[in-house]
Amino acid sequence: MPHIHRRVLAAAAMASLVALTGCSSDLPADGPGSGASSDAGKGADGKKKTGDQSSFFVQADYEAQLAMRTKQPTGPADKPWEQSIDPQPVDTAKYKKAGPYKLCFSNAATNNPWRQVGWKTMQAEVAAHKEIADFTVLDAEGKDDKQISDIAELTAKGCDALIVSPNTTATLTPAVKGACPKVPVIVFDRGVGTDCPVTFIKPIGGYAFGADGAEFLTQKVKPGGKILALRILPGVDVLETRWSAAKKTFDDSKLDVVGVEFTDGDAAKTKSIVTNYIQRHGKIDGLWLDAGATSVAAVEAFEDAGLPVPPLNGEDQQDFLQKWKDAKLTAIAPTYPTYQWRTAVIAALKILKGESVPKVWNLPQPAITEDKLNDYLKPGMPPLHYALCGCEKMDGYPQKWGGK
Amino acid sequence: MTQQLRTTLPTRGLALRGIAADSPARPVFMALGVMLILGWALFAFDGGQFFDESNIVGIQQRSAALGIVAVGQTLAILAGSLDLSVAFLMSLSSLVAAETMAQYGVLPAIGAVLAVSALTGFVNGFAITTLKVHAFIATLGVSLIIKGILEYRYDGPAGRVPESFQHLGYDRVGPVPVSALLWLAIAAAAWFVLRRTPLGYRIYAVGGGPEVARLSGVRTDRVIVATHVLCSLTAGVAGLLLAARLGAGAPTVGTDGGYDLESIAAVVLGGTALAGGKGGVAGTVGGVLLLAVLDSVFNQLEIDSFAKDVVRGVVLVAALAIYARRRLAR
Amino acid sequence: MRRNLPILGVLAVLLVAIAIANPFFLEPEGFLAFVKRAAPLAILAAGQYFVIVSGEFDLSVGSLVTAEVVIAARLIDGDPGATWPVVLLLLAFGALIGLVNGMVTTLLKVPSFIVTLGMLLILSGAVFLWTGGSPRGALSEEFRQFGRGSLGPVPWSVLILVAAVAAVIALMRSDFGRTLLAAGDNPVAARLSGVRVLRVKTTAFVLSGLSAAVCAVLLGGFAGVSAKVGEGLEFQAITAVVLGGVALGGGRGSAVAAIAGAFTLQALFTLLNLYGISGALEFTVQGLILVLAVALGSVQFPRRAKSASTTA
Repeated sequence: MPHIHRRVLAAAAMASLVALTGCSSDLPADGPGSGASSDAGKGADGKKKTGDQSSFFVQADYEAQLAMRTKQPTGPADKPWEQSIDPQPVDTAKYKKAGPYKLCFSNAATNNPWRQVGWKTMQAEVAAHKEIADFTVLDAEGKDDKQISDIAELTAKGCDALIVSPNTTATLTPAVKGACPKVPVIVFDRGVGTDCPVTFIKPIGGYAFGADGAEFLTQKVKPGGKILALRILPGVDVLETRWSAAKKTFDDSKLDVVGVEFTDGDAAKTKSIVTNYIQRHGKIDGLWLDAGATSVAAVEAFEDAGLPVPPLNGEDQQDFLQKWKDAKLTAIAPTYPTYQWRTAVIAALKILKGESVPKVWNLPQPAITEDKLNDYLKPGMPPLHYALCGCEKMDGYPQKWGGK
Repeated sequence: MTQQLRTTLPTRGLALRGIAADSPARPVFMALGVMLILGWALFAFDGGQFFDESNIVGIQQRSAALGIVAVGQTLAILAGSLDLSVAFLMSLSSLVAAETMAQYGVLPAIGAVLAVSALTGFVNGFAITTLKVHAFIATLGVSLIIKGILEYRYDGPAGRVPESFQHLGYDRVGPVPVSALLWLAIAAAAWFVLRRTPLGYRIYAVGGGPEVARLSGVRTDRVIVATHVLCSLTAGVAGLLLAARLGAGAPTVGTDGGYDLESIAAVVLGGTALAGGKGGVAGTVGGVLLLAVLDSVFNQLEIDSFAKDVVRGVVLVAALAIYARRRLAR
Repeated sequence: MRRNLPILGVLAVLLVAIAIANPFFLEPEGFLAFVKRAAPLAILAAGQYFVIVSGEFDLSVGSLVTAEVVIAARLIDGDPGATWPVVLLLLAFGALIGLVNGMVTTLLKVPSFIVTLGMLLILSGAVFLWTGGSPRGALSEEFRQFGRGSLGPVPWSVLILVAAVAAVIALMRSDFGRTLLAAGDNPVAARLSGVRVLRVKTTAFVLSGLSAAVCAVLLGGFAGVSAKVGEGLEFQAITAVVLGGVALGGGRGSAVAAIAGAFTLQALFTLLNLYGISGALEFTVQGLILVLAVALGSVQFPRRAKSASTTA
């Protein structure tokens, strides 16, 4: 009978699946998820417990970014979005033209709070310039293919300058290459694999972010202390660089990384994972996170277990800064400032006015430390507002950013 | 609204019969016509040109990948099944394509993609027919399996597509991109299969009533496996097209595009019944074009992406409500 | 009870495997933590069960959960006094969304797959249109208690789950339960024998919406405000129900088994994580188990759903 036949088939497959599951657990997994043998800093195979270095790791970029953290940026100190580190100016005389201007912007997405804060800041910056007559924006909704079409469409719309925030580095490169000969292009946030844009704007970068958090833990946690690293997901360049720098710091330290887990950026999952680790290890001495969205959930896992919260890093979201203050945490908040969205507009105008801009515009990327916490904590702003928006003096603040 | 539709239908329907081979597809082409007029008026008001070349090319480029996979989805839905695994399969195909091209060249890559997708389609069909798992669960399970493989093997875009193959994504004949021609060819082939071959007849029979089909001698299992293989093959071709557009393979290109639910939406917008047995490819082409023109209008108006979702949701449900009315009215 | 046996067996095996890997699981505290973690999904699965057993789908629950949490944060805005009124409002909103889903499905004869897909898009768009792109406001500590706090050693969410399970069992033993199964099994025959199929199905959607509201209260309480709290929950809930042996297409399956399915899914997640498969082939294993479990359990179930609204 087919029924029996099917049952046998499914059962056989299920059995082999169980076997497969058994095998997989022996693999030297990327993250030492099984914390059963956590007594040593190294696994049985002698490998570092933090796993292999990320395929995204580039030693030269890593060193350059770490060095940039201590360099003095040039530009007005009260306007970090106009500052730059190590600028290599490029001449833009050939793009000079009289206003008013039509600016165009191909946005990768507005699908997360970080991008929302940036997007609002950018709109406010545009509104502040009378010489911008028209600002045409296409939102690719996180789709590479749509952004490619969007860039082609914008290129044909007679823009004076085109700002691009690429959804993915590798896949948007051809589209940007196609636009460069027709219009001055400004790229920010993620880069592209070509140097044809007039300028590429970014904060110092992911290595600096990851190292800031990890170095803080090496200072605050005693040697041998147990560190749990929480990552959102693998394979995203901006997040991989954060982790690879932290991994390097941890590997060179005496700290014991007992786990590297992926949270999908889900607060409930984060809380469960941290709770599980507390149960299994009794104590976690430090927490490293590759983004701040789930920091508060991680903190709450300790609170709910009735344990003191160990040193950790967050990001510049208000909910974390508030928690930091209320619970008197030992913490640091590396940032990936949203004020870069302002800089993109400023750069476009500079180019159209023939003023020189840096080829790579490295924006300062401060880490919020305890002494500066009160400067960045803005009561009345939404929980997922990012403090480094540079938007406090703009028209419509705080209502436009959801504050009151 | 519906009243109006019904009174205008007979006369309008005659005029459109030549365009739309499948009678359920008429409303979608009417809606498309209305949207085109609306778009034209709107662009004119905004100082733009709706029917200028860049916009027409843009609409086609944006819809080609969805259009191709929606044709395959039409076959699956007509047979009373559905395929939720196409989005992940498209990502996988783009990666297989780009990696194989970088090493062995274009033709082996096309072969590898078609083989991988045919195998996926076979697994889908096998799970549905032999293991008797509901299509929703079977294809959901297969998409989880592919997702795991993607996360295990890839951590970002990989491979390289040679310039010669990128022509598929960027070249055009006058105002018609090659990708749109490819879509047209696949739609025509599917139309031919459905209308002129025994397989097509059986797909409608199985979708209309599997028991009746079985009793009248149709091997329903084979038909379902065949439609799933064909559906997955279109996902593979769509993955090839995306690889040509992106110049590389990307593990999230399919899911970011939402091709799974969006292809199903396009199919039902085109008048194909979700329960199977009624509808056709022409309607699906209309459904995809309708979504693309809608997108173009959204672009021109610079509508917030959240508002877009609301409008899309309303359009989808409203369209299906109109179809349901028409069926009841008969 | 007999029809619940397979899923309960699988669940027992998984729980034993977890206990072997993590002995803390055997202590009351560890076990309660697991139940607490599973409670939101279990309640959501119970709601989804009503819809599925009536022969329909509800794909909108994931974005409904997100919408509810975002609405709660904005309306409560940190004010403890607003907690209860807002909780009641959330329940009403969930029921309302379910009512709309149900009425469009039954009265306008649109397939529920499409109705709820449309609702998914509408909800996720509308709520962020309302708040300007990302969540604002804050939940009060009182609101957080539902998902975070406990009564003595027992978490509130576990108590809420127990109450919900009791309510579900009572509902399924009432007339409603019998008519629901009949409507899902064969809507035409049910209608001829006097069952108000439209009303019963609509009620199922309302129950699903309500369960999403309760799930949102628990999840928002457990982990706080997040823009992606409900992401993918609709598929998890459907998966849980199906793992419990409930047939897509309606008419067959037990509510208790569906809830057990949710626990099984949560146990599976925990186990995959414990054995370190997480992050790599986790999804592949999940997918295989899903297909094979349904294949094993679906001996006499129909291959394909033929729901009332889609046969028209």
